[in-house]
Amino acid sequence: MEHAAFQQFVYLFWIPFFPLLGAVYNGLLGSALQRRLGEKWIHAPAIVFPMLSFIITIAGFVKLTGLDPHSRALYCNAWSWLHIGNLNVDIAFWMDPLGAVMAFVVTFVGTLIHIYSIGYMRNDPGYWRFFSYMNLFMFSMLILVLGDNFLMMFIGWEGVGLCSYLLIGFWYKDEKNAVAGMKAFIVNRVGDFGFIIGVFLLFWGLGFSLETFDSSSLATVTSEETHLNSSLVIREIEESLQIESVHEAFTGKKIFGFSLVTLICVCLFVGAMGKSAQIPLYVWLPDAMAGPTPVSALIHAATMVTAGVYMVARLHFLFALSPFAMTWVALFGAVTALYAATIGFFQYDIKKVLAYSTISQLGYMFIGVGVGAFSTGIFHLMTHAFFKGCLFLSAGSIIIGCHHQQDMRKMGGLKTYMPVTRWAYLMACFAIAGFPFFSGFFSKDEILWQAFNSKDMMLPGGGKIIWLLGIVGALCTSFYMFRSYFMTFTGEYSENPHHVPKESPKQMTCVLVILGFLSIFSGFVGMPHLWHVHNLFETWMEPVFESSSSLIASEGYTHTLEWMLMGISVAVAIIGAWVAGWLYKNRENPLPGKLLASKKQIIRIPYNLIYNKYYVDEIYQHTIVWLIMNLRLALDWFDRKIIDQLVDFAGTAGRWLGRFAGYTDEKGVDGAVNATSDMVIFSGLKLVTIQTGKLRNYLGVVLAGAIILVIANYLFF
Amino acid sequence: MINYQTTTTIVSWVVFIPIIGVGSILITIGLRYLFKIDKKIADNLSRLISLISTLLAFILSLKMWGFFETGMNTLQFVHRFVWIENFNIEYFLGIDGINIALVILTTFITLIACIASVPWWGHVDDRHFSKRMTPGYMILLLILETGMLGTFCALDFFLFYIFWEIMLLPMYFLIGVWGGPRKEYAAIKFFLYTLAGSVLMLLAMIAIYYASEPFILADGRLAHHTFNIPALTASGQSGLFARANPILGFAFAKVVWIALFIGFAIKIPMFPFHTWLPDAHVEAPTPISVILAGILLKTGGYGILRFNFQLLPEATKWAAAAMAVFGMINIVYAAYVCMAQSDLKKLIAYSSVSHMGFVLLGYAAFTPQAISGAVFQMVAHGLISPMLFLIAGVIYDRAHTREIGEFGGLANKMPEYTGLVGLAFMASLGLPGLAGFIGEVLVFLGAFPVYKVFTIISATSVVITAAYYLWTIHRMFLGKFNEKWSALWDVNWRERFTLYPLAALIIFFGFYPMPIFNLISNSLNPLISVIIASGKLP
Repeated sequence: MEHAAFQQFVYLFWIPFFPLLGAVYNGLLGSALQRRLGEKWIHAPAIVFPMLSFIITIAGFVKLTGLDPHSRALYCNAWSWLHIGNLNVDIAFWMDPLGAVMAFVVTFVGTLIHIYSIGYMRNDPGYWRFFSYMNLFMFSMLILVLGDNFLMMFIGWEGVGLCSYLLIGFWYKDEKNAVAGMKAFIVNRVGDFGFIIGVFLLFWGLGFSLETFDSSSLATVTSEETHLNSSLVIREIEESLQIESVHEAFTGKKIFGFSLVTLICVCLFVGAMGKSAQIPLYVWLPDAMAGPTPVSALIHAATMVTAGVYMVARLHFLFALSPFAMTWVALFGAVTALYAATIGFFQYDIKKVLAYSTISQLGYMFIGVGVGAFSTGIFHLMTHAFFKGCLFLSAGSIIIGCHHQQDMRKMGGLKTYMPVTRWAYLMACFAIAGFPFFSGFFSKDEILWQAFNSKDMMLPGGGKIIWLLGIVGALCTSFYMFRSYFMTFTGEYSENPHHVPKESPKQMTCVLVILGFLSIFSGFVGMPHLWHVHNLFETWMEPVFESSSSLIASEGYTHTLEWMLMGISVAVAIIGAWVAGWLYKNRENPLPGKLLASKKQIIRIPYNLIYNKYYVDEIYQHTIVWLIMNLRLALDWFDRKIIDQLVDFAGTAGRWLGRFAGYTDEKGVDGAVNATSDMVIFSGLKLVTIQTGKLRNYLGVVLAGAIILVIANYLFF
Repeated sequence: MINYQTTTTIVSWVVFIPIIGVGSILITIGLRYLFKIDKKIADNLSRLISLISTLLAFILSLKMWGFFETGMNTLQFVHRFVWIENFNIEYFLGIDGINIALVILTTFITLIACIASVPWWGHVDDRHFSKRMTPGYMILLLILETGMLGTFCALDFFLFYIFWEIMLLPMYFLIGVWGGPRKEYAAIKFFLYTLAGSVLMLLAMIAIYYASEPFILADGRLAHHTFNIPALTASGQSGLFARANPILGFAFAKVVWIALFIGFAIKIPMFPFHTWLPDAHVEAPTPISVILAGILLKTGGYGILRFNFQLLPEATKWAAAAMAVFGMINIVYAAYVCMAQSDLKKLIAYSSVSHMGFVLLGYAAFTPQAISGAVFQMVAHGLISPMLFLIAGVIYDRAHTREIGEFGGLANKMPEYTGLVGLAFMASLGLPGLAGFIGEVLVFLGAFPVYKVFTIISATSVVITAAYYLWTIHRMFLGKFNEKWSALWDVNWRERFTLYPLAALIIFFGFYPMPIFNLISNSLNPLISVIIASGKLP
């Protein structure tokens, strides 16, 4: 298909491929370079390549702004990948405003985290491996956000999963880390299973729908299965769904008793659940904190885990067709947002707190895209990338400062030792808790408002129940984030007084400053309409989501109500922070200790439940994992004891048959032959006696014979 | 129907170059006894000869690729003359889209196997198979190559059968003489099992011969019956075999189809005829495993296309659902069995069973994506499984064990090896961007419209496959280092020569598979259209 309308931009190809060069460079040469020439030779190219990607992304941005908003897209077709039958898929890249924002976040935060890693990973024997994997990750992630079709997206989708696996298990000598990596990959594969089934359903269903469109003029459809005319190019799918008849055929189709489009969206969302750590597939993410902290910041907070949100936003035209799927997405998001936030209450590992907070924040993004506020969901994705990246990197700085201590109970009073880290962490805390004018406030509040205002939710109470879950989650968020802040930075440093923590090196702190700054100010690009200001972000995104905007309905509540809800949001943030301060500031309040020590069942049971993360891991272990582990043994037994035994039995039976044949041959057939010969000899010997030489005897025999013949003649004839 | 005449003899050269190598090795042996040449020199000479002949065959097959015209759906490089006049048997070799990719794969993998069979460029201890009875080994390897190439190129059913049997015997000896501890059992099992399949095929062949129409042979003589495959194809596609007299009350086409299919299914191997494979693989020396998994299994997949699909379209349509079910069982069942294996080589062998299931599933769907995907899957598996078996060989040569549980933390000791294992495992578990993915996704994509439930069940294997491969990596390479293996060393140059070309091709075809599809698609698409258009059997 020709796309004359789209601006060609050949450099698009290099956005993902520069980091790939970096990965190959370090993968092949890194080991030797590190030994011979030092770490500079490793990290310099590893940073320069993503930085080049960043520069090209900016160039693409600039180019995009110069275009007419309705054809605002850049396109680059590198080579043809799969052209078989009606399947036409190329290695092609596509940058529209959505892709541009994603590529910007990935290359910008990615480059910063690469710089940060110089300080964090210093003197690690696997330095080269680390940067090689990180570059490979950048490559995969950029393929994911810039690929123009489902299969390209899937390359990136699985590629980031692979890099996540490699980086979680980066310090593989520790059994625990290796297991965490494996768990991440396998749980993600469960999600991927859903994703590919969704893609198959889409390819088939769309082919069917386009078929009815194309062949409406033709008299006969020769064969439904072979003459499908379908596509896996996301843009083309969107275009063809604009055609009235295709749209009708597609939405009217049913399969297995479900509406096809709903089933497609639910399957695809299962993929998003795996990648973006939503209930029930979130279990890998907390364990993934076993990886180095920059990895947690880049992959498990800022970029990879948001891939599911990106995918739903990218496929807005599909999801918007199915209110059921939209409700499903928003509901899972809301439940996850609250659920993960409660787990955050009692975690002591600072990275675990942040991990559950990430799961929870991803839930908010899914609320956003689920209620049809796609651009707001992506907006929260972006602000979250900044403030959560900032939080994780601050945590990394703390961990390095405290000599690889991650337990918050053993920290405290760090604000005097690590001022830069403290301020960065505090700013990001304000942002995530949703204090007014901080970035997270704008994005989260807009999501909650849109949820409240949504008319599409197929739930009792509509979007209000989503809003309620979200607002309670926000309260929890504010509480546990400030709990972590107060536990870490206020009070007295309790550990070893001879070994005081010190501020991290410059490469790390300058990154913290940049991200802290963005945590505060990045929200101003997307201020609410309520304030009568121009929402830059939404205007930028609008053309992307134009085609589905007519399918999204809102209740149209008044501004007064919106102001009220905003007030509740702010109040909730402040209350959460205040309670956290009251309980944990300077470790003066004895109440938390008392409560934890309490033996009362009413406190113990919920505490144990939450502290053990609702026993979800254990439940999986005893159901699905147990089932698979036993099924494999059962089938192996079947293979060895039944199938193979049958083969061996056939062999043995053949041998016995051979023996039997041998025996009969010896005694039977051969015996018969021997018997015959014996008889001949025997009869010969006997017959010899007849030969007497006397004529009289001979004549007698002849006569007797003649008589017998005559009698026989009379008898028989 | 086009009556093909000899155009070039290049195919015969490709097929018989290894036999020239065999002759040269025999001469070397003769010279050795004549002039009392040192055994070492003679051994090295025979290694060199087989390397050169496999390399030449590879180069010639690449040349064929260069001259192959992709737009055509006819035979190319035909070499044909009457061989045995009395029985109307012809010598008929030729290349089309169905076999070209497999021929090139064969010459390539045999070259890799040949490199893996020499004890050069790296330390090999004296018990190693590559130091025992070298000339004999090399002769058998070369005969095997001729057998395999002949099987793929033969276009006369009788000639095909001859090559098919030629393939069997060297394999039997290669496993039985140079194999591991239970080599006799494995070799006999392999031999008898495949022979049982051959017998069915022989009967089917004779039945088809007597059902065939009169045909003009290469010398212009009119024969009453023929073994000529293009002629049989034309008859088959015009419905001749569908109308033929029933055998014992069953439809002719069904009986013959099943007989042929079982013969080929044993080679694939299809559940429940697969149990010879793990035994044969576990006992076979590394390069023989490489050939076995890389090429021999594909003769089964190829045979189904060439005979079942071409000659018996109606019966193929009739049996499609059954093929899909068996494909699904192969994929899922073998994946679970893989998870239970503790021997690395056995695990890889079962993973072959699982991945060959995709071929069956893809065949059954009759969509362009599925059938191209199935043939591509054969090529991809032909690159990935040799790499996996070479990997198993690397660790076995060093540690003399393949028990996964005995290792641990090897990544630190053998980083390069770990990287290669990681790549091969990822390719095998279908990571997008590597060759294994293309075949799998196309088969799924093509089979889904036809067999939704079977495809969904088959697709669960993506999780199980990931689980057993990652678990294997975990147990062998990650975690605490087992001090027992502190004397192990990383890959040597011989292993690099074999592993890196495979790795490079796996990545290359993952991102740019079109060269293969350009070769095969033009022949495959007409094949499935005939089947779809064919009528119902009585």
